[in-house]
Amino acid sequence: MELTLWTYEGPPHVGALRIAASMEGVHLVLHAPQGDTYADLLFTMIERRQRRPPVTYTTFQARDLGGDTAELVKRSIQEAVDRFQPEALLVGESCTAELIQDQPGSLAAGMDLGGAPVVSLELPAYSKKENWGAAETFYQLVRHLLKAQMPAPGTPPPSPQRWRAEGRRPRVNLLGPSLLGFRCRDDVRELTRLLGAEGIDVGVVAPLGARPADLARIPAADANVCLYPEVAGSVCSWLERRFGQPVVRTVPIGIGATRDFLGELRQVLGMEEQPMAPESSSQLPWYSRSVDSTYLTGKRVFIFGDATHAIAAARVASRELGFEVVGLGSYSRELARDVRAAARELGLEALISDDYLEVERAMAEAMPELVLGTQMERHSAKRLGIPCAVISSPLHVQDVPARHAPQMGWEGANELFDSWVHPLMMGLEEHLIGMFRHDFEFVEGHRSHLGGQAPAEPATAPASTVALASGSPGPASEERTPVGTSDPSWDPTGEAELAKIPFFVRGKVRRNTEAYAREQGLALIDGEALYAAKAHFSA
Amino acid sequence: MGGSTTVAAATAPALEVRRESGQREVFCGLTSIVWLHRRMPDAFFLVVGSRTCAHLIQSAAGVMIFAEPRFGTAILGERDLAGLADANEELDRLVADLLQRRPEIRTLFLVGSCPSEVIKLDLAKAAERLNTRLAGQVRVLNYTGSGIETTFTQGEDQALLAMVPLMPRAPAAPAAEGAAPAAAQELLIVGTLADAVEDRLISLFGRMGIERVRSLPPRHSRDLPAIGPGTRVLLAQPFLSATARALTALGAQLISAPYPLGVEGSAAWMAAAAATFGLDDARVAAVLDPLVERGRRAVAPHREILEGKRLFLLPDSQLELSLARFLQRECGMELVEVGTPYLDRALLESELALLPAGTPLTEGQHVENQLDRVRAARPDLVVCGLGLANPLEAEGIATKWSIELVFSPIHGCDQAGDLAELFSRPLRRRNLLRFS
Repeated sequence: MELTLWTYEGPPHVGALRIAASMEGVHLVLHAPQGDTYADLLFTMIERRQRRPPVTYTTFQARDLGGDTAELVKRSIQEAVDRFQPEALLVGESCTAELIQDQPGSLAAGMDLGGAPVVSLELPAYSKKENWGAAETFYQLVRHLLKAQMPAPGTPPPSPQRWRAEGRRPRVNLLGPSLLGFRCRDDVRELTRLLGAEGIDVGVVAPLGARPADLARIPAADANVCLYPEVAGSVCSWLERRFGQPVVRTVPIGIGATRDFLGELRQVLGMEEQPMAPESSSQLPWYSRSVDSTYLTGKRVFIFGDATHAIAAARVASRELGFEVVGLGSYSRELARDVRAAARELGLEALISDDYLEVERAMAEAMPELVLGTQMERHSAKRLGIPCAVISSPLHVQDVPARHAPQMGWEGANELFDSWVHPLMMGLEEHLIGMFRHDFEFVEGHRSHLGGQAPAEPATAPASTVALASGSPGPASEERTPVGTSDPSWDPTGEAELAKIPFFVRGKVRRNTEAYAREQGLALIDGEALYAAKAHFSA
Repeated sequence: MGGSTTVAAATAPALEVRRESGQREVFCGLTSIVWLHRRMPDAFFLVVGSRTCAHLIQSAAGVMIFAEPRFGTAILGERDLAGLADANEELDRLVADLLQRRPEIRTLFLVGSCPSEVIKLDLAKAAERLNTRLAGQVRVLNYTGSGIETTFTQGEDQALLAMVPLMPRAPAAPAAEGAAPAAAQELLIVGTLADAVEDRLISLFGRMGIERVRSLPPRHSRDLPAIGPGTRVLLAQPFLSATARALTALGAQLISAPYPLGVEGSAAWMAAAAATFGLDDARVAAVLDPLVERGRRAVAPHREILEGKRLFLLPDSQLELSLARFLQRECGMELVEVGTPYLDRALLESELALLPAGTPLTEGQHVENQLDRVRAARPDLVVCGLGLANPLEAEGIATKWSIELVFSPIHGCDQAGDLAELFSRPLRRRNLLRFS
């Protein structure tokens, strides 16, 4: 058993639902108890879709368990096929159905369903999660639909540069965008425009908006763009192995990554290098260089999300906005290696965890001035009084906005600049609060451009205020109370000097000063010790 | 299932009920946590289930940002299913971790789910064991919120049922049956009410002459009202079958009344209590008459919008019959179909008596067939869940999402106007929006 207050991902069948609901002409029959239809709301409310997701649930109840639940599955499959006449049928189970083992996939295989392809899904609900479920469903569906087209082993792969010989523009597939993914709708729009301007056509976009017949056209493209590795990673690798289609793996989030992406794409397609002037394409480089952004330099930022968005955010934050990344992590275990590599480049140890409490502890320990995370990090950030922006799923309804809000490409970079800087205290206000502390309105921690009241005092001593959820004392508390050493305490002059440190960096200064006092063997921290520590750490 | 032992109603008119089975588009009882955690902020709800259960609750409540979560899930893993881990030891460890983080929790609800029930994890016994271990610190209770056993609001029924055994026993019963002075009796309002509504109703009962009024659930989980033969129980919600039975089993008397939705229902509900307490008619009328008069005035502008409109209610919360009665009798709506997930004839006897003869009632659901009937009837307003609301709107059918009704202060004469407004608002909005 695992205690979960917030879960980063849903069960794997929600991943399957995302694939079915993103596509057209696909129907999913899900063996699930009454109540599991809550998942429909993810699509009708969060994604604000205008139609019900194409899912038929068996919704068995306790009284059905005494009877023939397999018969119920067969009836549901038959009714779904008769009513919706799908071009492809997916059949799977939710976690409770997995326990009663009716084998709905095999049942469907034994039925006469009028010839529509039937894909049976194995979704181990007690060991895998949502993104895995989406990737597996997408992979199984593509594999099933492309079975007949598979080239014989030994056939040489088609050249990704054959477009030249065929006298047409190069063509790529955009694989991975789905409902409940982060800003997929606008990323696709943005990239399609961007690629069009580069002279590259978009073949199939999938799963978002694709029909089964579209998936059958995947091999006709010169290359596959793996936009969201969490969902499309396995299918892209399979297409590369079986169809010889090269995969472009750079995810174009941020200026540098978008340039690298175009470079990689051109290389794969055999196109000429183009001199690029990102300044003219996106506002981010100029906005970030303009003097108003100088105060962003070295702002401490903690990043957590799915692997794709966390890695991209780390690059943008450290190189394009001049932040200091003080924490980087992801819940995507499947892509842990990539996250670790990105963290190492920043001199950090990546946090790979799906335990919300562990992330909260790491956040408190890192004492950031800004958190870039998921909907879940908004909870911890609120508790710790730290500004926060959302960069990744899981998301809530406010992150499916009406406006064009991509993360990818040039326009995506504009969106990143605005949404990440917005929660921070504005420059002038930060200066004035640093100078005058006795104001009746602009009190400490107040961010008047957000229109609210001052937040609660942030947890300045994480180990003591953030109780640990694990039974054993965590690393944080060990560091705070070293065995055999008495903790230095603060005398009134020390406290007074500490109170003069601006709100968002005070936690960091407190910790540094305490570390310095321990190092120097000081039992009592006075004002002088604080200044000594300040000089020590800036030296 | 909560209240599966339906007591046959003796006098209800024989309204015909269509019983339907098929895909049900409803919430499971776990959803009740979304409002119960706010009613009792000192309680924590620990679901023992799968990632699906965790995902459900956070999808329903996750738009709120919590500095301190008040619910969580003990997610079963493969080791638990394979029997490699002792479920009881695992649960004890998790609860210890949780209480270390949240030492201020006074009551812990272990909430059963579909997975925990299918593998027959005995949470009742676990609660008993933890109670012994944590005696004096935290009270541990257990109830089922699983989809296979409960539908949406039935989760509250089960949660209250779990609290009943802990209610203190009221002191000696009144001396003689019927002759008991009103002062010796206590009125117990059962079912979650909004704070302001609760305060208002208690003050009105006080003016009528009922001095001692308590509520279940209470605002603090440990402040449970007493129960005994002197207790007169007034149900504020129609979905409390199991709780009502448990309370009467302890000697309490159930007051039969329609539910306090709308002017008529609320006045009848309060009058029923007054009659039970043998209060002076003139004094009761002095309290109720102005309320009724004012309530009718508040409903009137909404009646103008709703009158003659055709209404279709899909099953969701068991509030459907009471809502249909209010909207038909007080707002002049025409009932196309009234669906309910579960019909307890005994508890809804008074409501059934007020519905017009021939009202098409449906218990259970086959959602596709029911939607076919919705589309064929083209009603002016459909009351339905959020999984169906936007898709129906996109088909041009006006909807009122039903979950809001359990989150809004809708009880009592003073709220009748607000209640009517919840239904007139979507129609008003449709008339208001112009994009040309």
